[in-house]
Amino acid sequence: MVWKDLLVERRSKETLNALFFFGLLLLFVFQFALGPDRERLAGTLPGLLWLGFILSGLLGLGRTFVVERENDCWEGLLLAPGDKSAIYVGKLAGNLLLMLVIETILLVLFGFFFNLDLTHVLPALAVVIALGTVALAAVGTLFAAMTAQVRARELLFPVLLLPVEAPVLLATVKATEAVLLGEPLGSVAHWLKLLAAADVVYIAVGVLTFDFVMEG
Amino acid sequence: MRSLLGGVTLVGLAAGLVMGFAIAPREATQGNVQRIMYLHVPSVWVAYLAFAVVLVASIAYLVRRAEAADRLAHASAEVGVLFTGLTIATGSIWGKPTWGTWWTWDARLTTVSILFVMYLGYLLLRGMIEDRERGARFAAVLGIVAAFNIPLVHFSVYWWRTLHQPPSLMKPGPGTMPGIIVAALLVNFAAFTLLYAYFVTRRARVLRLEAEAEA
Repeated sequence: MVWKDLLVERRSKETLNALFFFGLLLLFVFQFALGPDRERLAGTLPGLLWLGFILSGLLGLGRTFVVERENDCWEGLLLAPGDKSAIYVGKLAGNLLLMLVIETILLVLFGFFFNLDLTHVLPALAVVIALGTVALAAVGTLFAAMTAQVRARELLFPVLLLPVEAPVLLATVKATEAVLLGEPLGSVAHWLKLLAAADVVYIAVGVLTFDFVMEG
Repeated sequence: MRSLLGGVTLVGLAAGLVMGFAIAPREATQGNVQRIMYLHVPSVWVAYLAFAVVLVASIAYLVRRAEAADRLAHASAEVGVLFTGLTIATGSIWGKPTWGTWWTWDARLTTVSILFVMYLGYLLLRGMIEDRERGARFAAVLGIVAAFNIPLVHFSVYWWRTLHQPPSLMKPGPGTMPGIIVAALLVNFAAFTLLYAYFVTRRARVLRLEAEAEA
């Protein structure tokens, strides 16, 4: 399964460039949409940040299994010996890595364009981002496997994923908001617990149901 | 059997209307507007019941591969979305005169609207897959994910904001509602539950006939 993981990573480089460019464009769009007013930008920053994360995540995650189809590796995946849930865990790890890289880049870009000094809040922010990203990737990987086998997948994937991720978005945006204001992690402990619970539930459901997604 | 269920449901709904709109007293501060509670609260109960049935039927389908379980999940999800919509509609009609607005991002409004879009997505997924067996499998997986997501949605939205009046039923301590209002509400609960059972059995039957016609 480590082999599978490496394969995913090697491939993800091609998506990485496109996603980096996409993130940059998003920043431009945000800036154009909201105007140059720094005050207003600061107020919407946590939301914008996560909007950027989830939009690039949608693009990246959605491709997870489409690539397998395009490269005719689907049957290979199905025939692979061992437990199907190993494929899920491998894909999840690959997606997680990809998303974290993109998010780091986006974060640096945000800091640069909006003139933010993030260094002192970075550890707390990293915790929130890590917990939120696991939740996004866990459901995203499962749904990507489903929608890759369906027509209109580009449409269906976000339509299925966004409502399910609503609690994760609420939690991450609120927690990010508090962290950016310099509050300690303890003040957002309830959000972190919710995110941790979401991570556990999503991964458990993903591992248990992935077999059924990959049957045919 | 089916027509019996339909008949009993009809009687129950009529009794519920009479109880709610004629027998139960006028509420002191909100006036007659409050009577919409007799439709609003049972609607949301049916929605949650329906989604719970989706969960159970989805698990049953994945374990047993019985098409009846899949049809039950499908029918229940449709009825659940319908009643979630009804909950939002009656809530809006209730909210306008009492809160002064059709819509607000209050905790429970938000929760119910997230459930609404989540299960709309579920129905969308079903509609987009031609292959019956694959559609059933994917829908079952989504039905399970969505159901486990409900508590997360609930808590996240609750912490996010709340304005809604606290639940008036099922809370610890002596109830604040007079017996007659509770009775009227219970009659409506029973009637709506029967209505749910009626809708689901009818819908599941139609789904079965469709499948047979195709085969």
